[in-house]
Amino acid sequence: MITFMNNSDSEEEPCNERTSLMSAESPPVPSYQDGLQASEAGETQAHRKRRAGSSRGPNNIAGGEMSGSGVPVRERALENEEEELTLKYGAKHVIMLFVPVTLCMIVVVATIKSVRFYTEKNGQLIYTPFSEDTPSVGQRLLNSVLNTIIMISVIIVMTVFLVLLYKYRCYKFIHGWLILSSLMLLFLFTYIYLGEVLKTYNVAMDYPTLFIVIWNFGAVGMICIHWKGPLQLQQAYLIMISALMALVFIKYLPEWSAWVILGAISIYDLMAVLCPKGPLRMLVETAQERNEPIFPALIYSSAMMWTVGMAKPDTAARGPSQQTWDAAEDGREHLRSPSHAESQMSETRSPVPTRPVTSLEELEEEERGVKLGLGDFIFYSVLVGKAAATASGDWNTTLACFVAILIGLCLTLLLLAVFKKALPALPISITFGLIFYFSTDNLVRPFMDTLASHQLYI
Amino acid sequence: PAFGLFIFTIARDPLRIIILIAGAFFWLVSLLLSSLIWFIAVKASDPQDERLQKGLLIFGVMFSVLLQEAFRFLYYKLLRKAIEGLVALSEDGCSPISIQQMAYVAGVGFGLMSGAFSMINLLADALGPGTVGIHGDSQLYFLTSAFMTMVLIFLHTFWGILFFHGCEHRRWWEIAAVVIMHLTVSGSSFCNPLYVGSLVPSYLLMAAAATWAYLLSGGSAQNLRRFLLCKC
Repeated sequence: MITFMNNSDSEEEPCNERTSLMSAESPPVPSYQDGLQASEAGETQAHRKRRAGSSRGPNNIAGGEMSGSGVPVRERALENEEEELTLKYGAKHVIMLFVPVTLCMIVVVATIKSVRFYTEKNGQLIYTPFSEDTPSVGQRLLNSVLNTIIMISVIIVMTVFLVLLYKYRCYKFIHGWLILSSLMLLFLFTYIYLGEVLKTYNVAMDYPTLFIVIWNFGAVGMICIHWKGPLQLQQAYLIMISALMALVFIKYLPEWSAWVILGAISIYDLMAVLCPKGPLRMLVETAQERNEPIFPALIYSSAMMWTVGMAKPDTAARGPSQQTWDAAEDGREHLRSPSHAESQMSETRSPVPTRPVTSLEELEEEERGVKLGLGDFIFYSVLVGKAAATASGDWNTTLACFVAILIGLCLTLLLLAVFKKALPALPISITFGLIFYFSTDNLVRPFMDTLASHQLYI
Repeated sequence: PAFGLFIFTIARDPLRIIILIAGAFFWLVSLLLSSLIWFIAVKASDPQDERLQKGLLIFGVMFSVLLQEAFRFLYYKLLRKAIEGLVALSEDGCSPISIQQMAYVAGVGFGLMSGAFSMINLLADALGPGTVGIHGDSQLYFLTSAFMTMVLIFLHTFWGILFFHGCEHRRWWEIAAVVIMHLTVSGSSFCNPLYVGSLVPSYLLMAAAATWAYLLSGGSAQNLRRFLLCKC
């Protein structure tokens, strides 16, 4: 999900990735609006304390604003300006999201191209029990569809489970779950990844060194993601774990199943976020009712606001920041608490895609950036990585998918600016990506190959 | 060089990056459609007939060129609308990015994508063993490909500027000139591997297009001299 600081729930065990784009109610408002709003935002902000470990921060601005009287009116009155503001700074946000998505894809493609391990078929996850080694096309298709159904139903179950947990306030459980899955992800998968990379490049490393390296990496990652840490580092860690997850998916999902799953998940995403009874939407609404951040989750935020114990400076900073958009943007580096996503990776063997959640709290920081769920990252990277791994047209196909995904992301962000509510980030991008993948592989490749062999240029 | 252009002129401004990616996307779509047509034509024809295949290829190339220009036009239309939107949205009534900058960026987008598609598989193969042209083909394959790609990227950039300028001022002959130039360049590549036939005209055309675009963008000989003298 892409949200403008909305919360949405993140992940479920097996790949749930919720990608929705959410736009909090009060997105662009704070920026240069009246001082009134700024002060209101400031107050709510002052009251918010971010917990290091607990997931429920106090109110978010949105909550505060919603409870504030004039918000709806103000919103309408300022709608135009808001839209202007959103669209005007939309470009910047888009780039802030382009960069990490690109980085993640680059990491995945580089690994796929160089490390053999991730393209070997060494078995499948338990979530995709049907093998695709069958002789007939029909059977293979059937198996992949069955695999997809199983995977999607697991995701749905997990999402609903998470929503129920959230509804009944079993926060400790969710937290523990998140921490456990992030632990597994950071340590186990990194170990495997590092091992394979070292094998590929024939670099010897002894166990003590390996242990120290992985321990440091994992420990810093845990702290950074679940607690505090520099923004860049946290973003880097999120990108890395998304890449790791995507790599695991690429390795363990059989060919056709992967494509069908990608398609099915975008449809699921669309429904889960937009339908009134969709689990994601219920989660968001519940969080909004309670004025809580949904989950510090599996969300990548382009800029984060963190107000732990910074009441005074916050309000102070908030004032000027309200006036000067840019200053606010650049000045504060706040952390968000994304651990949510990791938690989703749970104890089970298969990593779970995390759903993006955006927190409502960070609202007043609308210009702080848009939030994109980590699940989105993962599935974009899976698409591009699969294109790199299996397409015979190699780089052309990969490039085409890459551009398609970026354009899809652009369009989704545009829609976000227009609709101002949580939107699924997956469907448009994945649709474009799939179209471009299949068409480039089958249509463009022979054309380009023939052109290249005659050295013709178009 | 094209990448350098990107870094120095485009990477700073997010709006330009978006326009660039969208430009690349439009080029890609045009390529897709043209290869679709070519593919259908090939499938519908006899694969054994060499002349026919060659003829179809030529037809495919020409058609693709025309499609690219058509998409450039479509992109121009889209950007026009976008600029109106941006002007309406901006606070002080003028757009944060001018149509010429957009033309430049769109041209670079087209060029980068076309260059990437032409070169990237070549580059990947170039990492392999050094056996260029061992079967009697020209040994200069990589070099000429590199130069040709570069000239094409630059040409796309200039064509973008010229094209948009022509659309802005309703000068149809400018647009026609761009299309004809594109056709000429592609056509000249048919002379490969007789490289003198393709590279030289392309470079000449590029120089011509460059000067024209420069003049259109408001430059002049004095500006150039001042720039060169002041800076160095």
